[in-house]
Amino acid sequence: MNVIVEREKGLLELERRIEELRAATTSQSVDMSSDIRALEEKYAQIQHEIFSSMSPWQKVHMARHPNRPTTLDYLAQFARFDELHGDRHFRDDPSIVGGFALLGTRSVMAIGEQRGRDTKENLRRNFGMPSPEGYRKVRRLAHLASRLGLPIVTFVDTKGADPGIASEEHAQSEAIASCLYEFTQARVPVVAVVIGEGGSGGALALSIADRLIMLEHSYYSVATPEGCAAILWSDAGKAEEAAARLKLTAQDLQGFGIVDEIVPEPLGGAHRDAAGSVARVLGSVESSLRQLSALPTAELLEARYRKYRRIGAWHAERLEAIGDNL
Amino acid sequence: MPTPEWLRRRRSKNQNDGAALWTRCVKCAEVLYRPDLAANLWVCTKCGYHFRMNAFDRISTIVDNDFVEIGNEVQSGDPLEWVDKKSYPAKLAADRENSQLGEGVVCGCGTLTGRDVALGVMDFHFRGGTMGTVVGERITMLLEEARKRRIPCIIFTASGGARMEEGMLALMQMAKTTAAVARFMDDGNLFVTVLTDPTSGGVSASFAFQSDVIVAEPKAMIGFAGRRVIEQTIRQKLPDQFQTAEFLLEKGHVDMVVDRHDLKAALGRILEYAAAEPVAAGSDR
Repeated sequence: MNVIVEREKGLLELERRIEELRAATTSQSVDMSSDIRALEEKYAQIQHEIFSSMSPWQKVHMARHPNRPTTLDYLAQFARFDELHGDRHFRDDPSIVGGFALLGTRSVMAIGEQRGRDTKENLRRNFGMPSPEGYRKVRRLAHLASRLGLPIVTFVDTKGADPGIASEEHAQSEAIASCLYEFTQARVPVVAVVIGEGGSGGALALSIADRLIMLEHSYYSVATPEGCAAILWSDAGKAEEAAARLKLTAQDLQGFGIVDEIVPEPLGGAHRDAAGSVARVLGSVESSLRQLSALPTAELLEARYRKYRRIGAWHAERLEAIGDNL
Repeated sequence: MPTPEWLRRRRSKNQNDGAALWTRCVKCAEVLYRPDLAANLWVCTKCGYHFRMNAFDRISTIVDNDFVEIGNEVQSGDPLEWVDKKSYPAKLAADRENSQLGEGVVCGCGTLTGRDVALGVMDFHFRGGTMGTVVGERITMLLEEARKRRIPCIIFTASGGARMEEGMLALMQMAKTTAAVARFMDDGNLFVTVLTDPTSGGVSASFAFQSDVIVAEPKAMIGFAGRRVIEQTIRQKLPDQFQTAEFLLEKGHVDMVVDRHDLKAALGRILEYAAAEPVAAGSDR
């Protein structure tokens, strides 16, 4: 059960009543404007109460909201998108979508994790949890982009890599490890956007980037809160507690220097204005690409190395020397 | 060559620990005399089970009695100010006491059958060998040193994955170590990993499987997702051999499964082959 969907129910009821009153005003020419205004004020007040300050757990559920824009919703607002399929070894993984795209007038390689928007599609897309074949497709497309000089734009939205028997047999570890390798070495600008869930290594495989953007209510975590609770306390039921401790919100991660930019969402979440939210994200991606494309390749790669080289929080006597003396 | 200080300290601790003079084999339940077990490289004298090794014990079986540590001055912080049943600093302190290690990996340089080598050894006894910022930093420092000196690098993995108590900073160590691996390998240097029991999660999905040659110890459990997670997902028991080193060898994921007694010699031969045919700088991995 999604806690955000639950909280939205009362609001949707209010919305319906406001609509009814509006309809009555028009059809019966009765003036109910003061009633409508009162309901609208109440609506705004409740909306503010629910969404103006959300707990990490609520944000996790916002990131999982069934109506939240998915990778395909972002790709639909590119000027053009031509999907490429397959890992060239075994199969095409539908939980990864990628291909040539035009962002404004710029040719890019766009790649994202795709969950389903209903049960049927979720089964086909394995709830957005990629198999090794999916990661091998990612790697292939990233390599192609690097060779052709096309910037790479990725959309991250997964609970994590698929943890099944077949995935182990097909070397899930190696598939992710190779993706990481490819992205650290890609000779083109890479911009990654966490649009929903950023779960563990399965998300990292698409998000080693020169610039990491997160939506305001997306999350990115070393493991899903359920996974973390299961690992540490053998009790997935303690997920809410794990979410509170993991510092997984975009705001926390900006504080750690992991996230470069947070794109705001409308009150109530990105799905309240999907088209506007997608447009804002793509605007940010474009401006990041403009800046990154101005850098010579060697500088770009050096900056990417240093970006990750610096991430950590340990202490040592020689602290200053590390990272500046490569 | 005289016994190095670190090894003497290590051994004296083992010898003074009277309570642990005997131990039981995890696999066949045979009662084993610890000094015999140590002399047999922590391999059960009855059934051949490979015990999980302490990092310094491991190092002493691999290097030619010389080893200079790198990065041991790097110590854990508490970036998330994590508290559950215990605080994270308290957990670290307990693990330091129990394992006699500063953190979950020991890195340094030495020689192996006469050749210079950079060696990293993870230790499951410290926080389950999990990778946090210190493990990531030490491994990165090791790879940077190996790259600077143009010497091969060997890393022994033993890890449950990324360390939860350091959150995203732990996950990002996969990115950091990968970047260091890529620079090291792209310069034409040899990278070898030895996967020991267990190797999973964020470590298996990063440097463990990025190397040129992947060696595994017999019966080691190696995989991305933990056994329990998979069983919960599919709601059925997995066969015993699933995710073992032998299973991975059959599936083509590792190059060789080598008994601990033959490991140093096997690594020595790999270094020798690589030295005879230097790989040109900048060539594709």
